[in-house]
Amino acid sequence: MPNLIKNGAIVTDDWTLLDADATDIPAGKVIAPLALWQARREMLEQRDHLGVWLDTDETADQLGADAQTLSLIAVNFPGFMDGRGFTTGRLLRERYGFSGELRAVGHFMRDQLCYLKRCGFTAFHFAEPVDLDAALQSLDDFTEYYQAGTDQPLPLFRRRA
Amino acid sequence: MYVYDEFDRRILTQRVQQFRGQTQRYLAGELKDNEFLPLRLQNGLYIQRLAPMLRVNVPYGMLNSTQLRKLAHIARFYDKGYCHVSTRQNIQFNWPELAEVPDILAELAEVEMHATQSSGNCIRNITSDQFAGVAEDEVIDPRPYCEIIRQWSSFHPEFAFLPRKFKIAVTGAAASDRAATQVHDIGLQVLDDPQRGVGFKVLVGGGLGRTPVIGSVIRDFLPEAHLLSYLEAILRIYNQFGRRDNKYKARIKILVRAMGPEAFAEKVETEWQQLKDGYSTLTQAEIDRAKHFFTRPAYEDIDAAAAAAQLQAQASEQRAFARWLERNTRGHRQPGYASVVLSLKPTGVAPGDVTDRQLEIIADLADRYSFGEARTTHEQNIVLADVKQADLPALWQAAKAAGFATPNIGTLTDMICCPGGDFCSLANAKSIPVAEAIQRQYDDMDYLYDLGDIDLNISGCMNACGHHHVGHIGILGVDKKGEEFYQVQLGGRSGTDAALGRVLGPSFGRLEVPAVIQKLLDVYVENRNGDEQFVDTYQRLGLEPFKERVYAKSH
Ligand code: SF4
Repeated sequence: MPNLIKNGAIVTDDWTLLDADATDIPAGKVIAPLALWQARREMLEQRDHLGVWLDTDETADQLGADAQTLSLIAVNFPGFMDGRGFTTGRLLRERYGFSGELRAVGHFMRDQLCYLKRCGFTAFHFAEPVDLDAALQSLDDFTEYYQAGTDQPLPLFRRRA
Repeated sequence: MYVYDEFDRRILTQRVQQFRGQTQRYLAGELKDNEFLPLRLQNGLYIQRLAPMLRVNVPYGMLNSTQLRKLAHIARFYDKGYCHVSTRQNIQFNWPELAEVPDILAELAEVEMHATQSSGNCIRNITSDQFAGVAEDEVIDPRPYCEIIRQWSSFHPEFAFLPRKFKIAVTGAAASDRAATQVHDIGLQVLDDPQRGVGFKVLVGGGLGRTPVIGSVIRDFLPEAHLLSYLEAILRIYNQFGRRDNKYKARIKILVRAMGPEAFAEKVETEWQQLKDGYSTLTQAEIDRAKHFFTRPAYEDIDAAAAAAQLQAQASEQRAFARWLERNTRGHRQPGYASVVLSLKPTGVAPGDVTDRQLEIIADLADRYSFGEARTTHEQNIVLADVKQADLPALWQAAKAAGFATPNIGTLTDMICCPGGDFCSLANAKSIPVAEAIQRQYDDMDYLYDLGDIDLNISGCMNACGHHHVGHIGILGVDKKGEEFYQVQLGGRSGTDAALGRVLGPSFGRLEVPAVIQKLLDVYVENRNGDEQFVDTYQRLGLEPFKERVYAKSH
């Protein structure tokens, strides 16, 4: 069943998100918690598709330039009031050169999609059931912005003619 | 004053539409209370004790007459015919209907106003000096920088869900700081350095509330071009490492204190080195663009000496006018002009409250006498910044008729007072009745003038919206077993020599407060040297003599 917003469309997720304390790593496309990736890196890097997820208190520099070796990075939002992941997203994109799928997972809100997109997120997997068609509309709550973002590196003042 | 272009309008229109949709979803039961909460807060809407409260931003205090008339209309049409000037220069409406708030925001957008991020855990309205651009002691007009920061912080995608609220104040007159930059999350003091050009001294981690702290300087001089990248670096460190486990420990001041200001500064510096010289570096064109909205109005060439002499003559004829001149007007960098403070502190009115009709009168006065602009102040008054001295007698008459001419600016009865228990659901005690009791007790203007400048600040709880820590006399509402009591503090200051007050001793019942104030004043009057001010006498004598008098056993 389609359960993921990805690149502005509703699709079926084919990744498996491993729990924070997972030790078994199934076959297929998995998103491993940071600690597991750190511990079993050599083995995991054999895979064609590898994802890692960061919890809200894990910072982008813990992946650093290694981010570029991953197909997918997910950032967990334990609650929608916790905005640390917004910074994590931007840093992964702007500082560490990550160009794969950047996915928000957990308890963020539909109303945060536009800002998440501006911080580099391209995929959204809600922990709770959400009307994804309706949620899609929130991606474009704003189409013009004052500040720079990953989607628009030039702040408005450099574009105002 | 800043004027929107099509970009500003488009962004704000999209915001209004966004919130309209969110409100509809909430009313339709599609958004839960806790989900709607941050969304409505970031659009200025609180749910208060009796009704919602809508806080409208007044960016760095600037209003034009069109906006004033719109606020009057909103007060009349959507509210109960009045609103309130807050201690952060904003305008608060106490009785809007939730379902009508999107319409109110749409009406505000028509006049280039908004309630964006006026509450919530995000970057709040930028505050500044109410005499920006006209003060004689100003180095540089801070308002262009305030506007640049307003735009940068509005709808900032990375910093909308911070650990806690975030307040920035900017002054262009660091030597007489009227923006309280030392008690803000970030305080910026604009400097003009002969070698290095225009830049900022950056303070961080100041604040009032439960844990009052004076901010620490983390950078002596930040060149103006780097303003935004440096702010971004500070906010980014805070967003990642500020505490989120306890809301009372979530402000940046706690982080700065825990790390130590030096270590915090270093972390910011490291982050900034990565951001510096990127696209967010301000261009000269952008600085110039911002500045051209704040040029001097079309002042007339005036013979200042003649104007002063005429004013002198008028003042000597009429004592009441002379008093008003002395207390409610101040010097101006333009010869022949003055700035006027309209007092929102007449006895019997909640400090900072203003009616719909009064807002329209302010608009008319602004149009007639002050180039169509007015300002809100953090002391909860209104300023007409650019008035010809020759117009002062007529303005005084008009202000008197409208109830704005109480000649008490800077005196004991010009107090800062939060809405307190009458409106605010967080309050421990009422604050407005305390203010009123003190105003009633001190209605003798001769006595008030003899006392000179005294800042008396009242907060209804330790959130300190009434800035009680930085009042020369601070009054704090506390709850003792379900009863309202008041703690008194002495010796706070909010200006360049900012200081936090010290608690006098055990708290008092509401009815006792005026008598306590009287004892404090008595100690001052008996001990002052020459024209020494209350707070200076306090500083010289210390807390003891005041304490002894107040807590002396009566015989
Ligand atoms: S100080 Fe307390 S009572 Fe007063 S407005 Fe703030 S939160 Fe409410």
